[in-house]
Formats: sequence, C-alpha cells, structure tokens
Amino acid sequence: MRRLLHVLLAVAAVTATAAAQGRGGAAPPATPPTPPPTARASAPIDLTGYWVSVVTEDWRWRMVTPPKGDYASIPINAEARKVGDAWDPAKDEAAGNACKVYGAPGLMRLPGRLHITWQDDTTLKVETDAGIQTRLLHFGDWKPAGPATRQGDTVAVWEMRPARGAEPPPRFGSLKTTTTRLTPGYLRRNGLPYSDKTTLTEHWDLLRHQSGDQWLVVTTIVEDPTYLTRTWITSLNFKKEPDGAKWDPTPCLAK
Amino acid sequence: MPGQVSDMTNDRRRPSQALLRISVRCGVAAALAIGPAVPAPAQSQVQAAQAVQQGQTMDFSGTWANRLHEDWVERAPGPHIGDYLGLPINDEARAVADTYQVSMQNMPERQCILYTSQYIVMGPQNLRIEQELDPVSGGVRAFQLSGTVDRPPHTIWMDGRAHPSPNSPHSAGGFTTGEWQGTMLVARTTHLKTGLVWRNGVPHSDQATMSEYYVRHGNVLTVTMILEDPVYWEEPFIRNASFELDPATRVLPEPCEPQVEIPRAAGEVPHYLPGANPYLREVADLYKLPFEAVRGGAATTYPEYAKRLRGTYAPPDRCPVYCCGGTGQATQNDNKASCRVDPPPAPARATPAR
Repeated sequence: MRRLLHVLLAVAAVTATAAAQGRGGAAPPATPPTPPPTARASAPIDLTGYWVSVVTEDWRWRMVTPPKGDYASIPINAEARKVGDAWDPAKDEAAGNACKVYGAPGLMRLPGRLHITWQDDTTLKVETDAGIQTRLLHFGDWKPAGPATRQGDTVAVWEMRPARGAEPPPRFGSLKTTTTRLTPGYLRRNGLPYSDKTTLTEHWDLLRHQSGDQWLVVTTIVEDPTYLTRTWITSLNFKKEPDGAKWDPTPCLAK
Repeated sequence: MPGQVSDMTNDRRRPSQALLRISVRCGVAAALAIGPAVPAPAQSQVQAAQAVQQGQTMDFSGTWANRLHEDWVERAPGPHIGDYLGLPINDEARAVADTYQVSMQNMPERQCILYTSQYIVMGPQNLRIEQELDPVSGGVRAFQLSGTVDRPPHTIWMDGRAHPSPNSPHSAGGFTTGEWQGTMLVARTTHLKTGLVWRNGVPHSDQATMSEYYVRHGNVLTVTMILEDPVYWEEPFIRNASFELDPATRVLPEPCEPQVEIPRAAGEVPHYLPGANPYLREVADLYKLPFEAVRGGAATTYPEYAKRLRGTYAPPDRCPVYCCGGTGQATQNDNKASCRVDPPPAPARATPAR
C-alpha cells in the first residue's frame, strides 16, 4: 500500500513539473496588481433611494414632542434628568440651537424621509428632509479632520462574507457605521441630552418582504458615558419609496 | 398547540427525511470522489452541507435579554385602554378592542390562553434560542425559541418542509419555516390562532401571517416582524425588538394553572358594549393628543401626519405618568409623575478607633 502511495506521489510530481515546463518554465510576466473594488462596487446591498420612516414604535415620543420630563425607555443617569428638566426650547431657538435634536443620534428617530445616494465611490450620502440634514458615511481609510459637528464623523464598512475565487459578489450583507466627534444634542425633542463623548454605532440591514416591499432596518446603539448608564439599543424601520415625490424638506424646529 | 402541528407534519414526512439523509451521504461521497460532476440533486445537498462553513448561516443560540429601550410603557406595564397610537388598524379592530375589558383575562378558562408568536417582538419577555443541527449535513434543521410565561414555544423549521394544509389546526405558535438570506434568517408563520397584539385588546385574526427577520450583530439580535392581517389591519404592521446576548438572563417557563381569581356568575364575560367603554379617551386626555390620533390607522404612522399635528399640538407642561419607566431612574412602582430623587451622598463616617 505504501509503495502504491509513493508511486502515485511520484507520478503527481512528474505531472506537475511537466505542466510547469509546458508553460515555459520561466516566471510569468509581472502584471499590475488589481486594485480592490471600491465600496460602491463591492456593496452587497443597495441602500440608495428614498426611504420613509413608518412610526409604529415609540409613537408618542417621536411623532409629537413629548412632555418635559418624559424619559421612559432610555437608560439615563441623574445628570441627564437634571439637564432634561431644564430644557427650554425658546432659549434654544434664540441661541440658534433649534437643530439640537437633528444630530445623528436623534435625527434618525424623527419622522421623515431619507434620500441615500453615492456621493463618490467611497462615500454614501444620507440626506433627511426633516431638518434638511446630511450625513456622510465614509468607507476605506478615510480619516476625520476638523472640529466636531452635529452629524459627527462616520466611518463605514460592509459586513459580508467575502467572495471566493470566481464567485459572484455576495448579495447579502449589511452596513456598519460608527459615528464619533459629535457636538452635544438631544436624543428626544424634549431636551434629553447626549454629550460630545457619544459614540453612535448603527447596523443597516435590508429586508426583502415577499410582497416586494423593501425595508431598511437600522439597529442603533448609543454609548454616552456622560448621560447614559448603559448602551441604549433601538431599531428603526424605513420603507422604500419609488421616487422622491413625497420628499418635503423642512427646517429644524426646536419643539 | 404548535407541537401538535409540527408532529403531524413530521410524521407525514418521516420516510422522505430518511431518503434525504441517504441522499446527503451519497452526495457528499460523490462530491469527494468526482468533484464538480455531481448529479444536480446530490450537489444541492452538498451545497447545503457546506453552507455552514461558507458563512451562510448564523448561530443565534443563547439567552437574549429584552432591554425594552423602546415602548417600555406598552411592553412592560402595558398600554392604556384605547391607546392604539402607531397601529395601522382598521375600524373592525377598533370595534373589537373598544369592547375589551382586561379582567376578561381573569376568567379561569382564559387564564392560560397564550399570546401568539408575534409577542416575541411585542411583549416584554426575554428569549432563549436553541438550534437543532442535522447530524449529516451540519446544517440547521430547526431553531427552537423557548416559550415563556404567556408566550408559546416557537419552532422555525429550516429543513425545507412545506406548510400544512390551510385546513390544518391553528395554534398560538403557528407554523413557521425559515430560510437564509446570507446571515439573516427569514421566517414565515401561518396557522396562527386569533390573538391579542397589544394587551388592551387590539386583535389579530386567524388569517394573519407573519414574516420575521433575525439579524445578529455581535451580541445584539434584532428581530423584525411584519404582520399582515386582512381582517383587522389596514397595512402590514412592522415592529422591531432588539435583544442583547446575556447568559445571566432568565427565561421563565410557561406553566399555567388556572384558578378562580374573581368569583363570577356562570357565563359572565367581562366586556364593554359598543360605545360604553368609559376609558377610551384616557390617553388622549393625559397627553392632550387628538382623539383621532389615539385611534390609530395607517395614515397616522407616516411623517405627513406628524406635520399635520405640528401646528396645533401642545404637550402637557409636565410628563403625567411613567416618566422614568425603564430608565433606571424610576421608583419601583412609578406609575405616577415622580421620578426617583437621588438620595443625598452619605456623610463620611469617622474611622473607628482601634
């Protein structure tokens, strides 16, 4: 048996050598390395288009301004309550801070529409008609620069099984974004605060329903050592619309 | 019962399951022997066997804690009577819910009626998920979501079996099959019994079907449900619930022992006659909301409705109830306006002399 194995191995080695010689024996000419596909080209899911928020959760806290002091569901600390209890929308408005609930952690919970497009091959642009805001989701080795902003700095990465060999690119996967360097703002319209130390992690998943409807579900994880006692985890749903006919830009409102 | 429906289907398919196993074994052997030239049926089994290693599946096993970071009021203490905010229901559903009296649940014959499987997303309970693996292919044959307290076990069959005949019995758990879309588990449930969606009487019918999407990101599991019901709902009803993997979380079992809690005359069923429920305006009055908003409906879930309210709505000056519910800042029985007042720091104690 062992002798047979040796014979087989020897035949295999000779065959391999002959095959190599058949190709000329010399090293193949150097070909320039293929650049990796761009984020846009390698997207496993298509998030572009118009999406409308369908508010079937937390209706009373999202569709209307909740009463002052209504903090139900959010794991806040005493300091957050203190700041929330002092909320004064008129003061915000007078100070030019009407957009404090339109920062990334509060923005996505507001009723409205998203318009998602590729700004370039490595940047997804998310515009909202509520508050006329723009979030930029940067792929690749983008590095943040400049001061903190209302929408912060967002790095994005596709999460998917990598294609192997000649396999077609995967059709399923999700987008993970991490946003930091935010200026302070509100998690809710009634002045419940988040601080400039907040990290916002979002997972963007595309759901295909058998009716043909497409839903975007964004699982949102807010960490704020200043005002939260633990991570605040929620999930939001947006339904895809055929076009932008209902897109209705509306400026920030303080209350 | 869900188990009965599943067993019935299992029995019917047992012979073909045995054939399937043989076919898988032959397929794997054939693939190893002759590479790509495998007959089509066997190749599909080989692909199924390899799917686990290729990342087409996700392990959802474990105990998942429900953090209730959304809708704490509706999911923990329960919604107010007549609170249909954000529910795309129709007039028929309103008519049913308006007659609901919660003490109906005290009746011994109703105490052990379980919520239907949509309560995974709508309820406050934690979740335990176990996966049942096929010993040959290594693929997931079924996910078992344990029942708890007032929710039945929920089995998601992943082995390609068909749904039972439309005439098969319905159960609280329903009959559910699933498939992979990448690492997302997509499940579909039929054969549900009539049930309550909210604990204030908002119903779904036995014609309701449910799609579920299970997505895991690290230690966070998001479950999305889309409930469709031609009887009581104007539009598909979408809800999400996010859970955190937490081995220390308890998932209570679901034993139920009915007993008389409130003595009643035989045949008495607590209810309100149409138009006689005195509590329907309670939530509208508490939050100064228009009554039509509280009545729900698909139109009230879209941004256009928020814009309609914007010019006229003014919230109460202070939060009236449940203000700190679920925040960690509430008193133990915080059903009034109060939030806990943090105690002043304890005075420094003198070190005892030794």
